[in-house]
Amino acid sequence: MSGLLIIGSSQAGVQLAVSLRALGHEGPITLLGEENHRPYQRPALSKEFLQDVITKESLIFRTQEYWDEHRIRVVKNERVVRIDKHADGSGVAHAISGAQFPFDRLALTVGARARRLPLPGADLPGVLYLRNADDALELKARVPAVQDVVVIGGGFIGIEAAASLRKLGKTVTLVEAGPRLVGRAVGDETAEFLRAHHAAAGIEVLLGAEVGRIIPRAERGDRVGGVEVDGRTIPADLVLVGVGVVPNTELAESIGLACDNGIVVDRYAVASDGVTLAVGDVANQPNPVPGAPDGDRVRFESVNNAVEQAKVAAYSITGRQEEYAGIPWFWSNQGDLKLQIAGLSSGHDRTVVRRDDARGRFSVLYYRCGRIIAADCVNNPLDFMAVKSALAQGASIPPDEAADPATPLKSITRNDPR
Amino acid sequence: MAQITYTDTTGDARTVTATVGDSVMETAVRNGVPGIVAECGGSLSCATCHVFVDDADFAGLPPMEDMEDEMLYGAAVDRGPTSRLSCQIKVVEEMDLHVTTPETQV
Ligand SMILES: Cc1cc2nc3c(=O)[nH]c(=O)nc-3n(C[C@H](O)[C@H](O)[C@H](O)COP(=O)(O)OP(=O)(O)OC[C@H]3O[C@@H](n4cnc5c(N)ncnc54)[C@H](O)[C@@H]3O)c2cc1C
Ligand code: FES
Repeated sequence: MSGLLIIGSSQAGVQLAVSLRALGHEGPITLLGEENHRPYQRPALSKEFLQDVITKESLIFRTQEYWDEHRIRVVKNERVVRIDKHADGSGVAHAISGAQFPFDRLALTVGARARRLPLPGADLPGVLYLRNADDALELKARVPAVQDVVVIGGGFIGIEAAASLRKLGKTVTLVEAGPRLVGRAVGDETAEFLRAHHAAAGIEVLLGAEVGRIIPRAERGDRVGGVEVDGRTIPADLVLVGVGVVPNTELAESIGLACDNGIVVDRYAVASDGVTLAVGDVANQPNPVPGAPDGDRVRFESVNNAVEQAKVAAYSITGRQEEYAGIPWFWSNQGDLKLQIAGLSSGHDRTVVRRDDARGRFSVLYYRCGRIIAADCVNNPLDFMAVKSALAQGASIPPDEAADPATPLKSITRNDPR
Repeated sequence: MAQITYTDTTGDARTVTATVGDSVMETAVRNGVPGIVAECGGSLSCATCHVFVDDADFAGLPPMEDMEDEMLYGAAVDRGPTSRLSCQIKVVEEMDLHVTTPETQV
């Protein structure tokens, strides 16, 4: 028996292996990844790790003893480039090194990669991305020697990295093509709150800005010297690009799995061949949020999703059909701001802002047809926790009462029968 | 040497040798101690690393910050007088800490 082969040993792959053992699954498990690192967590790469608040060691998911004890074979530094798969779901994965990994069943937890910037100069040394530990190590190695940083892309990673670099004393310009920060992941009010905060912290935030090209340094043409934005040149010794990610669907496509902005899976994390699993940033799944429109599909990019969907996949492997549990949530630490998001705000028809400037707190509650569906909470864990549990229990938080930021949400949460 | 004993609600106890500087959460998760989920990896964002510290050990810990205190109000199992988020407790030299993990973290 060759057992389960999990390709991609990050958040989703690790959780799948761990959950399977927790469920009592006995079969062989191989957890394989291309990176030359022990499986590690990514979120801190743009935050605490970049700021030197924590070490690389604390990013590691599990000790080697844990893997040994649970008979999970962890293979690093092997990139799978080809898969031969039979109709029953078994097959062999071929790595670039020539190594072969036979499997009875396959799970693809291959995640996503940073979208490259298709601009002149984008391949100059000093133009960096931030998706994995190697990226972060390179960035950290360059940080001491640079002063002027331009971050291209005002999504979560761009903002977090900009805030971290600002904390480290760099001169930071954050350039976003869209009219506001973070795209659709938060509402207008939150985006504006974030912009104002980061601007006040000394980051120059340029919205609706068009990057023309990346300019080499005058005296050393082999390095970045600036970025041309709306026709003017902003000096830069380092350019960090965070313009989103592309799901790694190539392997799945090569074995004929349906892909559409990710590997298409059903509610149980099973791909279109009916046997292969796909989990995490690479998976495009039916929207698991209670009350979501029929046929709506989503591809999340979050730890919470990787963890919850991996649990669903683990159940699938053990022969049980369990639906996705819990409410999607996300966090983003941006310098002194702690943003926590519960639920999905898309489709809201009303917002309630709770703002307490004296205490630096700010929350936006999102409603659809009078029901709470999501909240963005900044430095406001009480609101976040209250909304997250209200959503989980299907409880309601009356919008009119919620408008007073002095009223604890917990005190007005009503458990009404569904 | 520092060590931490994690007891679950059924009374099963496991003692783990801990590294100074790590958190009580990291020590548990890396060694596969069940009962601590720690979804956010110690970023003080999830409250899924909730523990009840033994009465005798509680006072000896550095006090918690407001953020931790507030997060604890949202823990899956209601907080008690000695509740802490284990990602915020750092292991120190000669620590011999006893904690109980709640029935569920999510
Ligand atoms: C800097 C940064 C900060 C983040 N901050 C947060 C946060 O604050 N909160 C949050 O919820 N989420 C955050 N995220 C997102 C979160 O880390 C991802 O959602 C999560 O890592 C997804 O896990 P995954 O296992 O699906 O994919 P990935 O983490 O992308 O892992 C996929 C793995 O598969 C490997 N792989 C791919 N192809 C192959 C192949 N052919 N052969 C072998 N191996 C392969 C890759 O190298 C990679 O190691 C952040 C991400 C980054 C990069
Ligand atoms: S690990 Fe998330 S709050 Fe402690």
